[in-house]
Amino acid sequence: MSQESPSALRHRVGDLVFFNLTRFFAVVTLLLLAGIIVSLIHGALPAIDKFGLSFLWTAEWNPPMDRFGALIPIYGTLATSLVALVIAVPVSFGIALFLTELAPPWLRRPLGIAIELLAGIPSIVYGMWGLLVFAPIFAEYVQPALASTVGKVPLLGALFQGAPMGIGILSAGIILAVMTIPFIASVMRDVFEITPPMLKESAYALGSTTWEVVWNVVLPYTKIGVVGGIMLGLGRALGETMAVTFLIGNMNFFNGISLFLPGNSIASALANEFAEAESEIYTASLIELGLILFVITLIVLTLSKILLNRLSAQEGTSS
Amino acid sequence: MKFVNAAKFATRASATLLAGALLSLSAQAAEITGAGATFPAPIYAKWADAYNKATGNKINYQSIGSGGGIKQITAKTVDFGASDMPLKPEDLEKAGLMQFPAVIGGVVPVINVPGIKPGELHLTGPVLADIFLGKIAKWNDKAIADLNPKLQLPDQAIGVVRRADGSGTSFIFTNYLSKVSEEWKSKVGEGTAVQWPVGLGGKGNEGVAAFVQRLPGALGYVEYAYAKQNKMTHAILKNSAGNFVSPEDTTFKAAAAGAEWSKSAFYQILTDQAGKDSWPITGATFILLQKVQDKPQQGNETLKFFEWSYKNGAKMADELDYVPMPDSVVTLVHAAWGQVKDSAGKPVYSSK
Repeated sequence: MSQESPSALRHRVGDLVFFNLTRFFAVVTLLLLAGIIVSLIHGALPAIDKFGLSFLWTAEWNPPMDRFGALIPIYGTLATSLVALVIAVPVSFGIALFLTELAPPWLRRPLGIAIELLAGIPSIVYGMWGLLVFAPIFAEYVQPALASTVGKVPLLGALFQGAPMGIGILSAGIILAVMTIPFIASVMRDVFEITPPMLKESAYALGSTTWEVVWNVVLPYTKIGVVGGIMLGLGRALGETMAVTFLIGNMNFFNGISLFLPGNSIASALANEFAEAESEIYTASLIELGLILFVITLIVLTLSKILLNRLSAQEGTSS
Repeated sequence: MKFVNAAKFATRASATLLAGALLSLSAQAAEITGAGATFPAPIYAKWADAYNKATGNKINYQSIGSGGGIKQITAKTVDFGASDMPLKPEDLEKAGLMQFPAVIGGVVPVINVPGIKPGELHLTGPVLADIFLGKIAKWNDKAIADLNPKLQLPDQAIGVVRRADGSGTSFIFTNYLSKVSEEWKSKVGEGTAVQWPVGLGGKGNEGVAAFVQRLPGALGYVEYAYAKQNKMTHAILKNSAGNFVSPEDTTFKAAAAGAEWSKSAFYQILTDQAGKDSWPITGATFILLQKVQDKPQQGNETLKFFEWSYKNGAKMADELDYVPMPDSVVTLVHAAWGQVKDSAGKPVYSSK
């Protein structure tokens, strides 16, 4: 056995401690996750026993009669998140593009900070603002305008029908968009910034416009980060509670597909009803809702991973 | 020598101090914990504060919701639980609990119809039920117009607003609708949260109030204290005696006084009570106690707190727009406290 110098030994011990410490943190996270899944399943067991898989497509939520189904909250969760993404992704892309490519340097920093500050506002503030300020304006000006323009288009128009109340799936989705934009935009900006200037300058040298550079050079180079940012935003939208509760209308009946109608989301139902749920099956059904939200998030993450793999596979073949 | 004396003195002094401290510890103020309903939380907090000033005893009340309160007192993790809906006598028996009413509150229909002032709109229970079922959808519907011949009712849709979160307010309201409408009873039923056929759900009294005040043509229901403090436009209701009454302390008290408390282990929901002055959507909020106290001292302190609150707390309740229990009911409650015993079967509280 070769003689080790004291300093080498110290390094080795340090490495070992550091390795185990970081491994410990990683394992704890895994254990926590497993613990959460186990306790969710355990808590939901009475509901799973009683309703089985039909829980997923039953459109009834009737506490006095102990009949529960998750269809309406699932629909509301997905619909509001989808509306949020449809609005937030293009806007965030524009913000990130402007900040990295177009804005004069003196404006970049204040503007970037302002957008990040939006992420620090508590969600209850968005909820109150949405209810007291946004919803009345939305009901008076935006909804009638939408109904008389997009509402007249066949098929798509069905989404914009009904009384303008300012409360409903569309309003909740728009507030969610405002809440997710800072996340998506700041991730996009950060990844756009790491694109090597050489690549961009080469493209500019070949005569590309800014748009062509961003679309053909920056975006392909940063797509993993961009998808990651969108997923982060989606994750926030799926799980958002307070702001949605104030704006979605909390209606457990399915009255049509119009986005003007009130609905309910999983997180909002949990926040509203958990404290006063007394019967065992009621509590269990609420916990099962939580489990479903967990699974939806898992599916979304898996899909985004598959999407990324597809994208990189295509890259290998196409050029 | 001098020094030794001084040292001795110091030791003795500190020993006395220590003993004093120990003594005061053993005679230290009792600390009682309770948990449950959110609706009465402000008045319990006010009573607790005043009680603490008067006696030095501490009451910790956590407003975690009625469901949580029932769970915690059943698990004996708190000294008393609080619930907006009374437990049925058989459920009380099963959990080994007793209950008594603490304060009264009422639920008030509030509206936002241009041109109609507070107290002008007359409604009956069945009409209210039909509105919340979606069967009466317009303000100028014949059923409403017949009750209000003097009012100019608009040709406007009724925007129904109700609570989105589970709440005792919803329980009292749906309980009333179930009593006055067979259809409501069979289709929707009663509970802290139900499957509402129509309407928007607002979170808390504030959420309902915000929707009602903003949407022209809205009709919702909120806690009386909330309606009063925010000067909302309320409707008046026809009670079971056939009189139209306004929501105010006297009509709530009338509803509470008429109930037959003694027969049913205080299982009384004060909706649709007889009596010519009774406000029809009245409800009490309840305190739950373990009948057999593992810690008789704590049980005794808890009951002392409520005895004190009944005696001295009425004015504080008035200030916060709660309605104190009528004296006749308080006498019944005092008598019922005899059921609370220690493990040897000796009552922990003796009323003087």
